[in-house]
Amino acid sequence: MNTPTTTIRPKKLFSFADLKEVWDYRELLYFFTWRDLKVRYKQTAIGVLWAIFQPLLTMIVFSIFFGGLLKVPSDGVPYPIFVYTGLLFWQFFSTALSDTSNVLIVNQAIITKVYFPRLLLPLSTVTTKFIDFIVAAVILVGMMIYYGYTPNLAGLLILPLLLLITFMASVGLGLFLASINVKYRDVRYVLPFFIQILLFVTPVIYPAGILGKHSWILALNPMMGVIQSARAALLGTTVLNWLLVTISLLATASLLAIGIYTFKKTERYFADII
Amino acid sequence: MEPIIKVTGIGKKYNITHHKAGYITLRDVLSNIFKNPFDFLKYKAKEMVGLEKKEEFWALKNVNFSVEKGEILGIIGRNGAGKSTLLKILSQITPPTTGEIKITGSVGSLLEVGTGFHPELTGRENIFLNGAILGMKNQEIVRKFDEIVKFAGVEKFVDTPVKYYSSGMYVRLAFSVAAHMETDILIIDEVLAVGDSEFQKKCLGKMEDITQKEGKTILFVSHNMTAIKQLCNKCIWISKGNLKMSGSTDNVVGAYLNAMPDKPEESSSTTIDQNISQLHGTRFTNIDISNTNGDKVLQSDDRLKIKLHYNSDNENQIDNARIVITVASESSKNTVLRFDSNVTEESFSNKIESSGEIVCETTDSINLMDGTYLVDIDFLIDGVSVCYMQGIRKFEVETSLKNYNYKNYPDKTVCDYITKYNFKLK
Repeated sequence: MNTPTTTIRPKKLFSFADLKEVWDYRELLYFFTWRDLKVRYKQTAIGVLWAIFQPLLTMIVFSIFFGGLLKVPSDGVPYPIFVYTGLLFWQFFSTALSDTSNVLIVNQAIITKVYFPRLLLPLSTVTTKFIDFIVAAVILVGMMIYYGYTPNLAGLLILPLLLLITFMASVGLGLFLASINVKYRDVRYVLPFFIQILLFVTPVIYPAGILGKHSWILALNPMMGVIQSARAALLGTTVLNWLLVTISLLATASLLAIGIYTFKKTERYFADII
Repeated sequence: MEPIIKVTGIGKKYNITHHKAGYITLRDVLSNIFKNPFDFLKYKAKEMVGLEKKEEFWALKNVNFSVEKGEILGIIGRNGAGKSTLLKILSQITPPTTGEIKITGSVGSLLEVGTGFHPELTGRENIFLNGAILGMKNQEIVRKFDEIVKFAGVEKFVDTPVKYYSSGMYVRLAFSVAAHMETDILIIDEVLAVGDSEFQKKCLGKMEDITQKEGKTILFVSHNMTAIKQLCNKCIWISKGNLKMSGSTDNVVGAYLNAMPDKPEESSSTTIDQNISQLHGTRFTNIDISNTNGDKVLQSDDRLKIKLHYNSDNENQIDNARIVITVASESSKNTVLRFDSNVTEESFSNKIESSGEIVCETTDSINLMDGTYLVDIDFLIDGVSVCYMQGIRKFEVETSLKNYNYKNYPDKTVCDYITKYNFKLK
């Protein structure tokens, strides 16, 4: 029989064995996600509807104030569907980001008592938010039928890529914030403010076009490329800009690399400093 | 034969940091850099060339031992000796600073009962969640599910959220999940002796079973010498981070008990013997034990309240303080309750005033049988016991049959780590 051998040494650097380990523990990833969903839906009376209410209400308020009263342009499509497309991706990103940053502190009791690859916790948080995204997307489908939009085939094909970028961007930035949040506990007080600012520099409530020729600066924010492309693909607001998608992809890759590096560097000591 | 666990020169160093709230804030770090940029650079430079010495504390130092397959190794030692640190290193929760451990086989660790249990989830759901957290495969849990439920004796409540469970049921279920892990090595910290004595017997039996029949190896930490003697064939004694002795259980436990300070004579209620071991000039000036209404004689369903007045010769605040209170039955000498400020859910502030009052209060009823109980109090600073008093106080419990929760604790003669408690600073 093949018995696994473990050697415990003072410090372990990042290796591909870590990725294999995450794969070996994939069942736990499933259970963490399942727990988060189950508990949330058990605790709130409206359960699964919660994932819909949040973006729906935000959409209504934004449509009244920005679309109706302020007359924010919306690339020629009705403002509600324009803003909802943006909000859908934005809420996936922002809720995943804020929950991931706190995930180590919230699960402190488990971290100090059991060993498992710590990477599972942020991954499961983002997966939970992804499921919320799917639920809230139902509203978008309804709105597309109501307003009579049919996405083109290319548009549907690029959606998984956009989701992957959003997923990876929130994991990357989330890992980074989670690691420094363990060490500096006041980070979490700054975070909501930081996310609020991000909302305004991302074209969620306005079209990227109003930025004119300086819009390339904002392209470094991966969510700009994602939201812009999602609108192009689903609503045909603009032509799909592949350069923008590539920039988003590269920015996400760097975020992910920085996030994993920081996380791995501090991971082994979480239990000591948490 | 190759030992299944080989521990070579293991050491664990903690840097003792002196910050206000027990953790660092980014605000403080940044404002420090901006206020005194030169001091900060000087400090960093010194730190880099190794001139600036941080205050260090070795929780473990050069520990060597090995465990053979099928052995049950007991680990004993005083509070703060480094037992829990050792288990954390063995479970890979925290890395060692020096040394190496070679383990052949899979490891399951049970450092706390019910890690990851969620009160909103049902017993069934928690079995799967807890099993997965402990490293069990889904199929494994499915296969052992009935066995787990039966062992815990919660068949009727398996689809009830565990927040409605009695603490006895809760702990039985949690232990049962862990006991059914299919690992080669099981690491257990202080959690075995839970619940009623009948369940404890069942647990001890299960432990013996899995080592003898399934050839598993167990590492077991406990303050309960009866359980250690019953279960372990070999024992190691850790004292102040060093391996003090290892060998057959009888020899090690005997030497350990002999080294314990003698019990002081019964002390009156206001003065305390000043000759007890004191470092840093730390002492308790008054100890008051009562129920939450202030009665000195407790009932079984009362909550226990222990007030400790302390002072020390330190002028500054005290960092990294830890209080451990143990309550033992006078007749059986078994520990029945243990309150550890390091293990409370609500955090006990690490920085405390040089003198003041600490109140430890249970949030559950104590559920003790009538009799006399002895209280030990241990005050630790930076992991070192500065004031240890054994049997410093006695209190009486009276019980009328209707108050005693026989359902949960038919005969509580063993330590109960599930009575919830908190520590407060006054």
